[in-house]
Amino acid sequence: MRKRLWNLALYLVILGFILNMMGIVSHVVVSAFAKRWFGKPLPPAFTTDWFAYAWTNFDLGQVLGVTLFIAIAVVVLSLLIGFPAAYILARRNFRFKSVLLLLYFLPLVIPQMTYGIPLATTLYRYGVGGSVLGVILAVMVPMVPLAVFILMPFFEQISINLEWSGQVLGASRVQIFRRILFPLMIPGILTAGILILVNTISNFELAFLLGGGGSQTLVVALFYNMFAGGVRPVYSIDAMAVIYMVMVMALLLVALRFVRPTQMVFRLDR
Amino acid sequence: MPEQFNSLNSLRLGLTKRYGSKTVLDNLALEIRGGEFVTFLGPSGCGKSTALSIVAGLTPATEGEIWLDGKRADDLPPEKRGFGMVFQNYALFPHMTVFDNVAFGLTLKPLMKDEIKRRVQDMLRLVQLLGFEDRYPGQLSGGQQQRVAIARALVLRPRLMLFDEPLSNLDAKLRVEMRAEIKQIHAELGLTSIYVTHDQAEALSLSDRIVVLRHGVLMQSGSPQDIHDRPKNAFVADFMGFRNFFKVKIASLSQGMAEGVSGVVTLRARAGGDVVLGANAIMAIRPDDIELSGEGAVCGRVEIVEYLGREQEAAIRIDGGTKLWLRTTSRLQVGDTVSLGFPIDKVVLLPNE
Amino acid sequence: MRAVPTRERSEFDLLAMLCILPSLLYVLCMFVYPFLYGLYLSLRPPKIAGFSLANYLTFFGDPYQYGTIWITFSLAVPNTIVVLLLSLFLAYGMRRGFFMERTVTTILILPISLGVILLSEGILGFYGSQGWLNQAIIALGLVSEPFILTHNYIGVILALFMQQFPFCFLMLLGYISGIDPSLERSARMLGATPWTVFRRVMLPLIAPGLAIAFALVFVMSFAVFPSAIMLGQPSGSTRTISIAAYQQAFEQYDMSYASAIAVVMGLCQLVALIVIILLRRRMAPAATMGVGKR
Repeated sequence: MRKRLWNLALYLVILGFILNMMGIVSHVVVSAFAKRWFGKPLPPAFTTDWFAYAWTNFDLGQVLGVTLFIAIAVVVLSLLIGFPAAYILARRNFRFKSVLLLLYFLPLVIPQMTYGIPLATTLYRYGVGGSVLGVILAVMVPMVPLAVFILMPFFEQISINLEWSGQVLGASRVQIFRRILFPLMIPGILTAGILILVNTISNFELAFLLGGGGSQTLVVALFYNMFAGGVRPVYSIDAMAVIYMVMVMALLLVALRFVRPTQMVFRLDR
Repeated sequence: MPEQFNSLNSLRLGLTKRYGSKTVLDNLALEIRGGEFVTFLGPSGCGKSTALSIVAGLTPATEGEIWLDGKRADDLPPEKRGFGMVFQNYALFPHMTVFDNVAFGLTLKPLMKDEIKRRVQDMLRLVQLLGFEDRYPGQLSGGQQQRVAIARALVLRPRLMLFDEPLSNLDAKLRVEMRAEIKQIHAELGLTSIYVTHDQAEALSLSDRIVVLRHGVLMQSGSPQDIHDRPKNAFVADFMGFRNFFKVKIASLSQGMAEGVSGVVTLRARAGGDVVLGANAIMAIRPDDIELSGEGAVCGRVEIVEYLGREQEAAIRIDGGTKLWLRTTSRLQVGDTVSLGFPIDKVVLLPNE
Repeated sequence: MRAVPTRERSEFDLLAMLCILPSLLYVLCMFVYPFLYGLYLSLRPPKIAGFSLANYLTFFGDPYQYGTIWITFSLAVPNTIVVLLLSLFLAYGMRRGFFMERTVTTILILPISLGVILLSEGILGFYGSQGWLNQAIIALGLVSEPFILTHNYIGVILALFMQQFPFCFLMLLGYISGIDPSLERSARMLGATPWTVFRRVMLPLIAPGLAIAFALVFVMSFAVFPSAIMLGQPSGSTRTISIAAYQQAFEQYDMSYASAIAVVMGLCQLVALIVIILLRRRMAPAATMGVGKR
């Protein structure tokens, strides 16, 4: 009996949180479609005009283009340099392996704001601050380690016997990679790729510190427009927010086909 | 000589457990008397561990009841039943020493520290681990860990001991040693025990009574001799080592003896009153019971020979195509022609399936 | 065949070197170097020759600046405690699976993936004085005036909580469900009530995970930035240390001072981490609550 009460309490709390989340998100959505809305449960009239307004006034075409370009660049580059590192770390053991792992781990654990300021300072000093390249380089700092840590368990799952069989049967290293390792790693690459994509698109702090006029990602643009001089109608901001939200949720849906929700969160048993 | 426990007098169960549409236990009904050592025996997935878990109170039954000394025990939570349980993976608390592990249950009762210490040491002496009090589970071998687990349960003087495949994680030699220790402890302390295993040798050596389960159904319940010598169906026979099965038709029936025909082979076995002439049935015999030449001789050719030390186990292909397994001390070779006999006392007659 | 003295092949051969090098160099150049550079820069204020602690002295001499440390702590600590307690309560209660688990965990991923900006915008709307929550409680007659939940401390705490809670909950859920369930079962068979099982068996085993979770949530809360601006009073009651650093860097263009503030922020986080580690060490022996030590 007491057990039932406990369980009820648990469900109520979770339900409360979820309703809260849904309330927050749907408020944004409703507002984006509202003609005018003030003080009533629902707006008296709906429209889709704000989306067009946001598109032109916030230069969304350019912003989306920049965002996608940056996101894809980060994914490709992070996977490229993270993949070989993950392979070695998964397969080999050597003296300073734990130091390396710790080093890779730091950018994921130390908040982006803490190292973002020195990073921005450095990149600005080398003239890359404020540009698309600057944003890409900055966001890669936590994403390269993320790629490594996501790929490692996938490598560990591929038995080394498969590589050895290849060697015994006469394949060269390149052939083993191309015909055995790579095909088996595709799920891992997809998982890492999509998680990096989601993380990059929703990244704020680093993109904000390094972004400038023409290199703002969608989130950063969203933030700026909330505080722009000359009051922007909140509905247009919310319309922009909805566009962002749709983008991220579409990616999430794809991601969740490969990955369990708990895998997207930091694992405590490292 | 340690004092005997206040064991229970009787435990009656009738349990059914379903997970959705899947029935894991189908009205398992039995009565256990105080002092008995009962084993639930069967392959994995037969429901034996589920049954134990229900008796312990860790899992609720879908239907059914448990009567402990004449009183219903279903609504008691596990911590109030007074049963002891030993798990397959020992389940020792990794952050506590051996002493603290064994003392754990005692610390939940209003006992003085000296009393607790005395009881823990008595129990450690019983399982021959005196001197290990300050070690941690991680520093012990598998056998030692299992003995700590046993001590931890026994120190509370439980009315019923539950063993869930406790020896499965140990190597073969250790298993045999621990088996003897468990049997000795059960006898010395006057315990009542329910033991779960898939190992028929363990069941045979430890039990007063064996309950064989398959897919949640009770296939046979009886003493080790009954289960071993007189299986009641093909499943139990197969599980207990009868490797040779013949699908026969009862050709003749007289004076408690039945003759079954399967192709070119005719076997004779003792039969009870429920056998019908002309019926389909199964006759089975153990590899060690087949004789080289003798009654009802059938010819065959040796196909495979496995060397087992004192004996050999050979696969023999007899006329008619059936493959039989023979265990013998004679030396056979692949290709030999042999003549096999099936002593009437060693053939069992089983219902058709 | 002539005998060749065999040399032990290192696991770190040329191939390993080539594979690790690009990412290692990246982390070293783009993470370690900026850190060091920032530290260096913080000690070289623009108007003074050579090394100097002037930045730090200025920071700690100006209440408007060093006050941010207290403000940030007063945001991070309560948030971390509430998030952790609630996550522990829920994760422990739901450790053996729960109804519609997949759906619930998926919904809980949303705040993490959508990010803080969307969340803040949503909170501004939903919890605002004209928002649904206030409308509802006024309509129900519970209050006559709307609660002021945005553009203040409460708004920032709300945003922080909603960001950190799902993350912490999912982390702890994974950790707790990884503990061998037979430990719990055997404790119950030995007569322990569910509360005793939690206190004496499970909690000591969860403690390491709890400590890490606490550290992570605190460190992330301490670096709070956009929600402090959007939902708080960035020039007043919720002026966090990250805002101070940002302003120095991008409004005053004093990179040296900004770096100093970033260093102070990092140090605060480091100090907190050390405190957490020390506390855990002290609690660990107590966790093995046993009987009579010899």
